[in-house]
Amino acid sequence: MKGMRDMPDETRADSAAATAKARQRRAGRAVTRALAGWIAVRRRMLSAGELGYLPVTLVLVAVWIIFQSLNSSFLSPRNLSNLSVDIVGTGLIAVGIVFVLLLGELDLSVGSISGFAAAVFAVLNVNNGVPEWLALIAAVLTGTVAGTVQGYSIARTRVPAFVVTLAGLLTWNGLMLVILGTSGTVNLDENGLIAHLTSYYFTNAGVAYAVAALATALVFLASYLNRRRRMALGMSHLPLHTVGVRTGVVAVIGFGSAYLLNQFQGLPLALLIFLATVAGLDIVLRRTHYGRQVYALGSSVEAARRASLGVTGVQTAVLAVSGTLAATGGLFLASRITSVSQNSGSGVLLLNAIAAAVIGGTSLFGGRGTTWSAVLGMLVIQSIASGMALTDTPTAVQLVITGGVLFAAVVIDSLSRHTQQAHGRA
Amino acid sequence: MILLPPPLLALHGVCKRFGVVEVLRDIELEIHAGEVLALLGDNGAGKSTLVKVISGVAPADQGSIEWEGRPVHIRRPQDARDLGIATVYQDLALCGGLDVVGNLFLGREIRRFGFLDEVEMERRSTQLLERLTRSIPDLRGPLVSLSSGQRQTVAIARSLLGDPRVLLLDEPTAALGFEQTTEVLDLVDRLRDQGLGVLLISHNMGDVKALADRAAVLRLGRNNGFFDVSTTPQEQIISSITGATDNVPRRPAHREAEW
Ligand SMILES: Nc1ncnc2c1ncn2[C@@H]1O[C@H](COP(=O)(O)OP(=O)(O)O)[C@@H](O)[C@H]1O
Ligand SMILES: [Mg+2]
Repeated sequence: MKGMRDMPDETRADSAAATAKARQRRAGRAVTRALAGWIAVRRRMLSAGELGYLPVTLVLVAVWIIFQSLNSSFLSPRNLSNLSVDIVGTGLIAVGIVFVLLLGELDLSVGSISGFAAAVFAVLNVNNGVPEWLALIAAVLTGTVAGTVQGYSIARTRVPAFVVTLAGLLTWNGLMLVILGTSGTVNLDENGLIAHLTSYYFTNAGVAYAVAALATALVFLASYLNRRRRMALGMSHLPLHTVGVRTGVVAVIGFGSAYLLNQFQGLPLALLIFLATVAGLDIVLRRTHYGRQVYALGSSVEAARRASLGVTGVQTAVLAVSGTLAATGGLFLASRITSVSQNSGSGVLLLNAIAAAVIGGTSLFGGRGTTWSAVLGMLVIQSIASGMALTDTPTAVQLVITGGVLFAAVVIDSLSRHTQQAHGRA
Repeated sequence: MILLPPPLLALHGVCKRFGVVEVLRDIELEIHAGEVLALLGDNGAGKSTLVKVISGVAPADQGSIEWEGRPVHIRRPQDARDLGIATVYQDLALCGGLDVVGNLFLGREIRRFGFLDEVEMERRSTQLLERLTRSIPDLRGPLVSLSSGQRQTVAIARSLLGDPRVLLLDEPTAALGFEQTTEVLDLVDRLRDQGLGVLLISHNMGDVKALADRAAVLRLGRNNGFFDVSTTPQEQIISSITGATDNVPRRPAHREAEW
């Protein structure tokens, strides 16, 4: 509890002689105190095993420094812009994986669902002339239905999700092969809606800046209003400079990215959709009754049941979300290559999606993680892939390195879990 | 004769079996408002199971339950909660990954514009915990990082949130130190004064003697006597727990000596 104690109020000693010098000294001390407070909170979190985004951020920075030193075009606007589009397809799938991991379960069917959904779109639109928007809705709903069926089976039979979704993996893959028929590969309309998902850029530089400004404003408003309300209720609240620092970090990242993206072709539509989805679902998970139930179930199903939570409903809904996001991700992956084939959704896609969530800091043991971990984890994985491609490193090496990062993430996850429990016993 | 109000909660002929094992058989129990009823019995006597029957976690197979004299059915935890029955389980049943505030309000979150109102929930959590303890735990750390005594306090606080009328406490002081035990016992005393009916499971005869009005003893899943705690000699209650109804040992019960 030591970290919780307030810093001693040194300012009180200051005399009423409020000279400019004293004021300056006071301001300096306030900053020092805020910093000390921040460090105390961080240290308490670290010793309690809450590492948050720290490890993955360090890994990301390290990866970027290494590849930039190997090839100076790595951090070029062009490469970073492509990177930001490349993370979207698998990233959306990884967001669904985060939901399932929060329950302490694993969804192995997301790769197959993504391929199946893309095939549904291709067959409906290209082979049968169904309008694109209708085929798109049908494809996404295919994922929702597949996920719902799996989720309901898991909730009712209480068979672990990885078994049910392993059956799903085979089933949805089989269904995809059936509807694709003998044709094998279906090429999508190069100028169609799906193609635009990843090829459209907001070339007007103002759009990227507007998005950055909006994000900054929202973060500022949220922390500021929260602070004001807590202050009015006489509760402990963030010091104003922390609100400033928080807003500043978002502003630097937001406007920095906007500037970089505008150096190439502007804000990619795919990135905008991805970030909006992640931010929206983050709010759903952390600020709604539904999300709270997800975290509760991931901690203790029995405690959730005794608290009268709708266990079946939540489990079904989580797998439905995962299926929906898998289908959506599948459409973005198809968009990137404007085709759907028997290979869609296969290969390392599933493993990358799971790895991204875990590398980003979502716990394999359930109850810990956020949707943002999918973004950070995907950035690491895709940065390694992109850097390897730039430096002509063989794929084998890329797999080994990604595997190493994943292993490190799992070890950190496990260690921080143990630290937390040891902390509780103390 | 004075016409007494019906008991808040009454159980008649309650049976509970797990598979072929009959854990509870023909249980009778009454909990009155403004009364602390101690539920005593050796390990495995069925005390926790009885608590789960009343709280809807493990509904009864047979028998009837009456609430203020009117028959009710408790088939799910929700049913018990709706009646006004709150429970502190022996295993606490908290979510290790959620923070203190999240645990306190799990299943009855306060919302504002449709979103969780963390500020209000935290404010009420502080108020509630201040009533219960002098060492308030870190409200925003995950529950697993709390000490077992603090977790126990959280579980008790959680049970009080819905303003219950009957409180079931399954060994609430087992994990506590001296000071915290006193805090809990004081709290139970105050709740009784407020008119709650409290069912208290404890192995500590000293606490039972100091706090309880009546004691109900379970032995091997059956009723084994009801006692007025203030008038019954302690030896008689203990012998009823152990089953040695005659030949009461003269030395004090070893559990009392634990302190
Ligand atoms: N879920 C269960 N399944 C099977 N047997 C159980 C279960 N829960 C409790 N029991 C058995 O019921 C008996 C009473 O247990 P319990 O109510 O926990 O006793 P107490 O709380 O009095 O120590 C024990 O023999 C125990 O093994
Ligand atoms: Mg017990």
